[in-house]
Amino acid sequence: MIHLEYLDRPHSVQTAPVVCMHCDSPTCAEVCPADAIKRTADGVVQAARKPRCIACNNCVLACPFGVPKMATDLELMMKCDMCYDRTSVGKKPMCATVCPSQALFYGTEDEIERLRPNSVPVNRFQFGDQTITTQVRVMAPKTPAVEYVDVTSSLNAQAIGQDIFFNILEEPFTGGK
Amino acid sequence: MSKESLKAMLWGLATAAVTALLVVAGSRNLAYFDAELIAYTFAVLFAVFAIAYRYSMWLQRPPTALYWKRGWQVFFRRRFFLPNTGRWFLRVAGDFALNRFIFRRGRLRGLAHWLIMWGCIVAVLITVPLSFGWIHFESVPGHLRDYRAYLFGFPTLAFPLHSGLGFLIYHALDFAAVVVIAGVMLAMRRRMRDHDAASLQMFGEDFLPLVILFAISVTGLMLTGSYTWMKGYAYDFITILHAITVIFGLLWLPFGKFFHIFQRPAQLGVSFYKDVGKHEEKAHCRRCDHAFTSRMKVEDLIKVERELGYNYTMADPASDHYQWFCPRCRRAMLILAQSALWGGIRGGQPIVTAALPTLPQSALGIPHIDFGPLGKEDEENFHP
Repeated sequence: MIHLEYLDRPHSVQTAPVVCMHCDSPTCAEVCPADAIKRTADGVVQAARKPRCIACNNCVLACPFGVPKMATDLELMMKCDMCYDRTSVGKKPMCATVCPSQALFYGTEDEIERLRPNSVPVNRFQFGDQTITTQVRVMAPKTPAVEYVDVTSSLNAQAIGQDIFFNILEEPFTGGK
Repeated sequence: MSKESLKAMLWGLATAAVTALLVVAGSRNLAYFDAELIAYTFAVLFAVFAIAYRYSMWLQRPPTALYWKRGWQVFFRRRFFLPNTGRWFLRVAGDFALNRFIFRRGRLRGLAHWLIMWGCIVAVLITVPLSFGWIHFESVPGHLRDYRAYLFGFPTLAFPLHSGLGFLIYHALDFAAVVVIAGVMLAMRRRMRDHDAASLQMFGEDFLPLVILFAISVTGLMLTGSYTWMKGYAYDFITILHAITVIFGLLWLPFGKFFHIFQRPAQLGVSFYKDVGKHEEKAHCRRCDHAFTSRMKVEDLIKVERELGYNYTMADPASDHYQWFCPRCRRAMLILAQSALWGGIRGGQPIVTAALPTLPQSALGIPHIDFGPLGKEDEENFHP
């Protein structure tokens, strides 16, 4: 259960996957009136317990990352549960397994340090006055060091791309010579 | 003891006391009460106490308390009361009697739940009044081949002992047991074969209830088998065995999966809350301006989150609270915020430049954010 999001389709081709971040203190679980969302001892926030979920949509609207989905006809919330059937037996979650560009990666800190030497994983997020820490991390540059991702600061940001084409058109391409 | 526990304890005691009074009054001062069934009665009283205790604790959680109150408020709201009443019947029939939403999750799964549920309902409707002395049978004076059922000591229908109706009444519990066993078998099959069930299930949460229901049903059928075909062989032993399984089931009611029987009706309140929300003022996302739920829902969530100790307040008064942003914009903001961290960095090094060039801007049209039309999934997500 992942979201694949176009950020601003008319202006940009940028897409990004959003998976459940598995919060240490999951807002979705706390606002659930039916006690249907449980967090396992290893920190995985599971999808709603089927006998309990009453399809109230609280989790869908309260999750700061916008992750849970409501299957209205089934009266059931569904979300990424880190492919618990796979990860609980040592396999990787499906999304990370099939992601060709490794935009989604599942592994140890050592592995990611080796694979992305210029990045550091960050798991603190700021939403207005609320700080949320998570089990899932996003990659941030090593320099300048970043302590947290200020999500709400991007309220007015637009998906206009980064400066990838910087100077390419102005300076003649020399092929590295 | 906390204030919440004390309140729940009082509710539990009061509910158990009312049940005890009903047992005494319903059996006409215990005149029709079968003393051999005293263990069942105490197990029921314990279960009633514990269920009321847990239910009361549950209702005191901020989100549950709020939706409990709102559920009743919106149901009785004048404009919606009539349509709500109509929908109440439809929902009780569709969701509760027919389990339609479970059948949609899977046919066999729906069938398993439906069989277990109806088997248990029939069995409870028969055994509880019987063991409390609320129902008893007497032969009709002058017609010794006829039996009459008494409800709370009042005479009701009479029927011939040896008749189709008599057979159905006397064996109703056996039929219920067969239905429950069929449902338990289907549920067990799923739990043993389905990978998704296998990854999450736990013995105490998922298997134990099935084992209990199976044990109750089988020992119940063994009683019938013993007196019908085996001249009462081991009848006393089976009686005790059956009592142990039933009492274990009663004691387990408040703790494990069985508690959903009492929680689940909350689905009704929530459905009326959603209906009313659809007809009232909408909340528009303060980023993309799409209507994404009812204003009532957002304001309620803000209240609940504050009570739970979350503070998603935003400094900018125009935004006010993070709850005013739709899920899709939240996902977009997360990605944009991460992208922003990488602005001006290549290969782990900041790009040093004397003068930053202007960023490329789209000339395609609308300057504001536009996701395009909502996808089907989001459209369904964004109901109130």
